[in-house]
Amino acid sequence: MLEIKNLHANVGGKEILKGLTLTVKDGEVAAIMGPNGSGKSTLSYVVAGREGYEVTQGEVLLNGESILDMPPDERAAKGLFLAFQYPVEIPGVNTMTFLKAAMNAQRKHRGEKELPTPEFMKIVREAQGKLGVAQDMLRRALNVGFSGGEKKRMEVLQMSLLDPKLAILDETDSGLDIDALRVVADGVNALRGTDRGFLVITHYQRLLEYIKPDTVHVMASGRIVKTGGPELAHELEARGYKEFIGQAA
Amino acid sequence: MNAVVKRARTEVESALSGAFDALAPQLPGQARVRALRADAAALFASQGLPTRRVEAWHYSDLRAQMKDVLPLAGRPDAGAIAQAQAVLQPVREGQVRAVLVDGYFIEELSAGLVTSDITLRTLDDVLETGDKVAIDILSAKNLGKGDTALALNTAFMRGGVVIDVEPGYHAALPIELVSITIADAPKAIFSRSMVRAGAGATFTLVEKHITLGDARVQKNDALVLFASGRSQVEHSFHRARTGDNEVHVHSLLTIVWEEAKLNSVALVEGGGFLRRQIFARFEAEGAELSLASATLLRGKDHADTTLVVDHANPGNTSREYFKHIVDESATGVFQGKVVVAQHAQKTDGVMKSQTILLGDDAAMYNKPELEIFADDVTCGHGATVGALDPAQLFYAMSRGIPRADAETLLLEAFAGDAIERLSDESLREAMLQRVRDWLKGRVA
Repeated sequence: MLEIKNLHANVGGKEILKGLTLTVKDGEVAAIMGPNGSGKSTLSYVVAGREGYEVTQGEVLLNGESILDMPPDERAAKGLFLAFQYPVEIPGVNTMTFLKAAMNAQRKHRGEKELPTPEFMKIVREAQGKLGVAQDMLRRALNVGFSGGEKKRMEVLQMSLLDPKLAILDETDSGLDIDALRVVADGVNALRGTDRGFLVITHYQRLLEYIKPDTVHVMASGRIVKTGGPELAHELEARGYKEFIGQAA
Repeated sequence: MNAVVKRARTEVESALSGAFDALAPQLPGQARVRALRADAAALFASQGLPTRRVEAWHYSDLRAQMKDVLPLAGRPDAGAIAQAQAVLQPVREGQVRAVLVDGYFIEELSAGLVTSDITLRTLDDVLETGDKVAIDILSAKNLGKGDTALALNTAFMRGGVVIDVEPGYHAALPIELVSITIADAPKAIFSRSMVRAGAGATFTLVEKHITLGDARVQKNDALVLFASGRSQVEHSFHRARTGDNEVHVHSLLTIVWEEAKLNSVALVEGGGFLRRQIFARFEAEGAELSLASATLLRGKDHADTTLVVDHANPGNTSREYFKHIVDESATGVFQGKVVVAQHAQKTDGVMKSQTILLGDDAAMYNKPELEIFADDVTCGHGATVGALDPAQLFYAMSRGIPRADAETLLLEAFAGDAIERLSDESLREAMLQRVRDWLKGRVA
């Protein structure tokens, strides 16, 4: 379970999150929708622990444990996963090598033994088949020269290998055509379960047609300004964010 | 009015000139070689050791490093040879390996010397017997002109080997040239070797430099790499980390003939003061030269790579990829100059230098230069210096990889980008392992 309480955070001295409170229960798919500049991506980076994002107030608990003092790798080992809006290209680092390093680092952190290579290969092959990730992608440098759709599929592949307790999907639909969106959404849906929560950040309602949320939150000017069921997404699509922008400022 | 500023000789410079005068009669070589040495000694006597005032040495003051003259290394004794032997990897069946200890060829550590396709002679033999063609190549008179550090090597050259690969011969195993310095007492080493690829010959040359011990050493050595027409040579260069007391000037003199392919990839570990200078020249058309290196520096290391690629003829391709990782308070220097002669049309040259600075006191000096007199050429260069990319680090850490491991992953990839250019897989893997070892040392 993810609990965010009265979170305030600055970027470059400017307050972006202004008292955000939100809970994602185990098994829940919560969506955050909001206009550009409302602080959606900042929220995902603050929770994941990116440097340069200064928390001035509030707390973030993952399964009851405060994670704000932990470096990003420790948060990951505790079960947090961030699917990036813009997955980072890492030239020279083979995708398989990276996946193995990530899986083994988390295992090590949890006091588990490293995965033997054949077992690792087997796990990757299964996940890769489901997501339609080409074998060739795994041999290339991580995300280098991948299309937008390939990059997002790689994010979901990593998510499925790392098996997080709480996954944040930051604008996973951006830059995807309908076919790619469907593949990615299917991948996410396959990972839904009673012990895993999702925080799906999106600007458009479109993604939520494929990943059906249990809860929809509206974010504006660094706060959650309205919470409702899936119908809220449709209302937003029809009416836009105008009323909220005024309200929060 | 221009005034010619003559600076006073330092004691060291006078002593070096004096040492040459005293030693010249005993150095190997007949009249032509003597003249060659005398000319080089005269150049040195008039110009002295390079200082910051010499443009090509602006970031590496050799005179300041050479505070005294160290005794010339003598032939290694049995103890030194045994020490050298201990660091040699097992030789493969049929492999040619030439081992130099303190600059001298040591036959008992070498292997595979008697084959019909590869001939090995000592430098001293070649100089003494007056093989005119070989001496001409060895003297590399169009390369590194006016460089007084190279002139010192020419004046004093002794020791080293001359390896000839027969035309058309395709060597299955790499030819190794291992230069081991036993730094148990202060010494100066001046050796020169040559590897000549006959027309159409194809082989890999593995050059290694290893220093054992931490006594003061002045090593000034050179390799002449001569690629005849249509030969294909891969050159793997590794300089293992030395102690802080080594002052090393290494000159690679490369002559490339028609349609030859020469691919040189280096892993340079720091230690002390290192100047690696590469002088390359295209003598005909249609050749490809690729020079790449990864340089790893820490502590107070100073490593300077300076290269001049002379497109003296049309229609040749050159590529230079130089990577530096500079940690702690080390200093890296890259000076790359691509010269395109007026008639060298259809020249294709790309030079890149990339650096990651890790230490707060680490420094890197980059000076890429293009000197183009022809009008129909494709040439470019780029140089970057920066820290590790925070976005890449965060991405890796967000997947659970701890910072130190994430840094290692990214740095290995960065250095690996140069090393990947080596086509021999086992050599490449061995080099990458050295990079990993170096990175491990960093984390500890």
